[in-house]
Formats: sequence, C-alpha cells, structure tokens
Amino acid sequence: MTEMRMRDALREALREELIRDDRVFLLGEDIGAYGGSYSVTKGLLEEFGEARVRDTPIAESGIVGVGVGAAMAGMRPMVELMTINFSFLAFDQIVNNAAKLHYMSNGQITIPIVIRMASGGGSQLGATHSHSLEGLYAHFPGLKVVCPSSPADGKGLLKQAFRDDNPVIFIEHTANYGLKGEVPEQEDFLIEFGKASILREGRDVTLIGYSGSVHQAVRAADLLAEQEEIDAEVIDLRTLRPLDMDTVIESVKKTNRAVVVEDDWRFGGFAGEIASQIMEKAFDWLDAPVARVCSKDVPMPYNRNLEFAALPSEEDVVEAVLAML
Amino acid sequence: MTAKERRPRSKETIDQYLLSEQQLEEMYETMLLARRLNERMLALNRQGRAPFFIGGTGQEAAQVGAAMSLKRGEDYLVPYYRDLAMNLVFGMSAREAMLNLLAKKDDPHGGGRQMPSHWGVGSRKVVTGGSVVATQLLHAAGIALAAKMSSDPIVVLTCCGEGSTSKGDFHEALNFAQIHRLPVIFYVQNNGYAISESTEKEMPIAHVADRARAYNMHSASVDGMDAIAVYQTVKPAVDQARRGGGPFLIEARCYRLGAHSSDDDDSRYRPKAELEEWTQKDPITLFRRRVETDKVFPPEELDEIEERVTAEVQDAVEWATNQPDPAPEDALGFVYRE
Repeated sequence: MTEMRMRDALREALREELIRDDRVFLLGEDIGAYGGSYSVTKGLLEEFGEARVRDTPIAESGIVGVGVGAAMAGMRPMVELMTINFSFLAFDQIVNNAAKLHYMSNGQITIPIVIRMASGGGSQLGATHSHSLEGLYAHFPGLKVVCPSSPADGKGLLKQAFRDDNPVIFIEHTANYGLKGEVPEQEDFLIEFGKASILREGRDVTLIGYSGSVHQAVRAADLLAEQEEIDAEVIDLRTLRPLDMDTVIESVKKTNRAVVVEDDWRFGGFAGEIASQIMEKAFDWLDAPVARVCSKDVPMPYNRNLEFAALPSEEDVVEAVLAML
Repeated sequence: MTAKERRPRSKETIDQYLLSEQQLEEMYETMLLARRLNERMLALNRQGRAPFFIGGTGQEAAQVGAAMSLKRGEDYLVPYYRDLAMNLVFGMSAREAMLNLLAKKDDPHGGGRQMPSHWGVGSRKVVTGGSVVATQLLHAAGIALAAKMSSDPIVVLTCCGEGSTSKGDFHEALNFAQIHRLPVIFYVQNNGYAISESTEKEMPIAHVADRARAYNMHSASVDGMDAIAVYQTVKPAVDQARRGGGPFLIEARCYRLGAHSSDDDDSRYRPKAELEEWTQKDPITLFRRRVETDKVFPPEELDEIEERVTAEVQDAVEWATNQPDPAPEDALGFVYRE
C-alpha cells in the first residue's frame, strides 16, 4: 500500500495500462505537455510519446468519434473530456454511437473505449463545469458508468475499464482529485464492476452514495454517531451500470431505513431509481419512505455561498435521517 | 445464359479507360443491379411489404467507380445509407440486399436490429453507423488512425451527402484527419438535395470540394454521373493515401433521381424540368452509350447482363420473403459484449 492522491492513482492506472497493452492510447485536449486539466496525464507524454498520448483539437464530438472508430478497429483508446458538461458536445457520439453500435450491428462491432470526464460541484466552476450527471449516462443501455470515490477505487476501477469490451464512462469528481488514500501497489489490482462497497457498517439506517456524495454520507454518519447515537451504514455504489442492488437491499433489510445522497438534481435523478428499486425489492422491510438528499433544482451558481447552498450537505443528510426515525 | 457461357472478359487494361474489360463489365452489371434493386425495394415498400426504403438511384456511377478503387477485404468502407451499389462492389448479393431491406433474422448487417441501408459486415471491412449524418466520418478517421498506428497499409473510404458537410462532425473529422495525415478518403456524393433543401440553402459555396481549403487538404470534384471518370479520380487519391500522402476530400457531382426516402414526396419541392434534365444524364444510360460507341461490348451482351440482373432481383425477392424473421426474444441480446 502507498498513500497517494486520486489524480496520482488514476495516472498510475493509465501508466500501467499503457505499459501492459500496446493497443491502449490516450486522446484529449491538453493531455500532453499540459498534463490534463486536472493533472491526471502529467508526465505520460514524456514517457510514452506523441503517438500514444495525443493532444486533440477542442472538438468533443470529434475526439469521442475518432476514439469510437479506433476502438472499432481493435484499439483500446481512452478519451479525456474536460468536464461532464462539455461531454454534451459529444453526446450523440456517446449515446447514439458508442452505446448502440454493438447492438445495431448484431454484435459484430465492439467499442472498447474509456471516456473519462470530471464532474461535481464545490470547486467554484459555475453552471457549465460543475454538474453531477452520472445518472444521466447510467440511463443508457450499452454504456457502463463508473464513479470512484477514493484513490484505491479510482485505480482499480480505471484499470478494470481498460479490460472491458464495452464503452465505459468513467466519471471523476473534481473535489476528489486531491483526496489522499491508501492504494494497493500490485499491477493486477482490479476492482470488478457492479460491486458496491460498505464503507461503514451500521444498524439504524443505510446511507447510499457514489462519487463525491459518498463523502457527505460518511461525514453525516460521523455526525449521527457523535451527536445522536445513531449507527449509520454507508454504501458506496462505485458503479451505476452495472448496479449492485443486492448489497443495498441486504443492508436495508437490516437497517429498515435508507437515504440516497447524490450531488445530482433530485427531479428525475438516479436517487429515484435507487429508491424505486428498494421499494420494489424491500418494501416490507421499510419503516419509513426512502429519502433523497440531492442538490437544489438550480443550475450550479458560482459564488461560494450560493454554490454551497445548492449542494447537499452532511447536515441535510442528518436532517433526513432524523425525520425518518 | 450463365456467366460461364459468356465470352471471358479480358483483364487487359483498355487505355482510354484505365480499366480492364472485366472491370468495365463489373461496373455496368453492378450499377444495373443497384438500380433494379432500388426500384424493386421501393415497389415492395409501396405494396406494404417493406416498412422503410431509402435509395441511391442516380448515384450508381459515383458509388461503383469509387468502391472499385479500393482493395476489397483489406480497405475499409464506412458508407452512408444510399451506398447500396458500393456494398454490392464489396460483396453483397441481391439476396442479402433483400434480407437487409426486410430486416430478416439472417441479415448479416444487423439481423433486423438496424434500419435497412445501414450496412456493415465485419469480414468485408464495411462498418455500419447510426442515422445521424456525418457521425461516421469521425469513425472513419479513427479507423484510419488505428491503421496508421499499426503501420497497416490500408485506406478508409467514407461517404456522405453534401448535406452532411454542414455538420460539425464533418469538419471535426477533416480537421483531425489532416492534422494526423490519416489514410482516409472523404467521399461526398453531392446529389443536389438534403431531403428537400437544394444546395444553395445548405451552403454558401458552389462546390463541396472547396471546403478542403480550410484544412489544407487535397481535394477533387468529379462528374459523379460518369463511373469511369469517378474511378480515374478516386483511384489515384486512394493510392496516394496508401503511400502516406494524407487524406483527400472528393466531391462526386451527381443527382438524386428518386425521393429522399419512402416517406418523402419530392414533387413538393423539386422542379419537374430539373428532374427531366438530370434524367437525360442517367449514369447507367450514359455508361452503356459510351461502351457501345467505343465498341467495348456488343449490345447483345449488355442485354444479357440486363436479363441476368432482372432474374437475380426476382429470385432475391422470392427467396428473402420466405426467410425467417427474428424471434421476439432476440430483441434482448447484444446490448453489452459479455
């Protein structure tokens, strides 16, 4: 184990994959000499050269479309998009092409592409850099959606993404890039998709999060333990497609209460999917309706006070838990 | 009369054509087969036997001349939905074309999962795409990038209509391909219409080929109603791309003699006189007149080809109609590669 930050863990994963498989190459804006907008690809150009670490024009549809074509032809490209909001410029290439061509071609075409993008608020980047739209991509059959919350998960899941034969949307929370954590060093460290992790065991309520919201859930669990003597279980979904509902349902059957925490909007968001499935699969075990703690229904504002008012906080989670007891 | 009984065609190049007798025969037969298939497909649609049809009538020369410039089985073809004739060059049979139209279980392009005319067969290096125009140009650039990275001496030819050249993906593809000097031919079949919009409503320039200037790219504009001229233009571009000379934008000036699709009534926007004028330039009639005048083939041999093609289309319809549809449970497969 080595302590490293999220961005360094992600870089280690890319480095190891570039060494392991010569079909792997990287495409994106400013990923070369600049080292990527969040320094994830720093140093990789020097180590692997321009053929495998390619700076691209600022043209999101173009970057993804070229990546899709290269993947069709047997390569294993990784495409970096600066933020999830910018990915809308490539939405057609992602959801109409990458997600569907395996199906439409009757299984003839496979598109093993990893599309990385940053999401999440809290970094004062305004309404067109800061949204959390993991659930939006999870809506589309044909895509896998991965959203790590810790450096170890970041490394293990990103390495796994390169071994998957499907398009993988790999979403990194901007507030997590500097987060430190212990990361296993061995090169075969992989984390299977569709396996949630239980970050904290508890009896009284299940808090469910992914990506950045996992940290609100963990802090809320601490507050509940310290201030209210409530013992919360915290589940990190890690991947939204495939989705590990078994772990969630098992937990809810033990705690009889659930709160879904996410940075996305509440209306039509992924928390609604989780809540529905809990209702379908564990209705008789529930002592209260499933609660959702999400961001306010506004585009993300810039000013710090406004931004924090829009995002869900650990206090909001505590409040939701107290309301259901 | 079967193919075996006919006079064997010479493989020797006829100087003024830069094509052999055998290639000229293939050119004629393929154009004719595409035309007869398109006619029959539209008829099947009007009879209620095929839910949707989109055709390439009038574009046969543009398609056959270009596709014959490629190495079949080695080079990639990333077509658009009018490229029936290109697919015939790449090995599709009349029976297969009908399986695709009728979305039968054994349609090798999609097994009924895709709309018709979104062709793609891996073994032939023909790659399918979606219906959003110009998206496939980026895939072609990506395939060419993969080939370049693997030092694979292949060329990718991708097609679109002139309407697609107003799309961002068109420009992003040309830009990327030229920056990286990729072996890809962007082949634009300028058929005069983007559904109902004539070219002056689509773009402020007279020739699609002029768009290459913005990317410092080689370009050519060719009479797309002349299969031989098309071949003579596209072949050197393909050869140059194969040698590492970078991408090429080629405009084939042709005409959509049919409606946009089976859902379109072109009489609402197309002047009758214009259609009549272009009908005079029908690429198949022009080709036949030329090879007859030059005495490449005697007329009776061209008639024999015509008879053979007609019989082939008839057989294909009868055969394909009786092939099984996919079963309802087939809808659930191939969402993910397991």
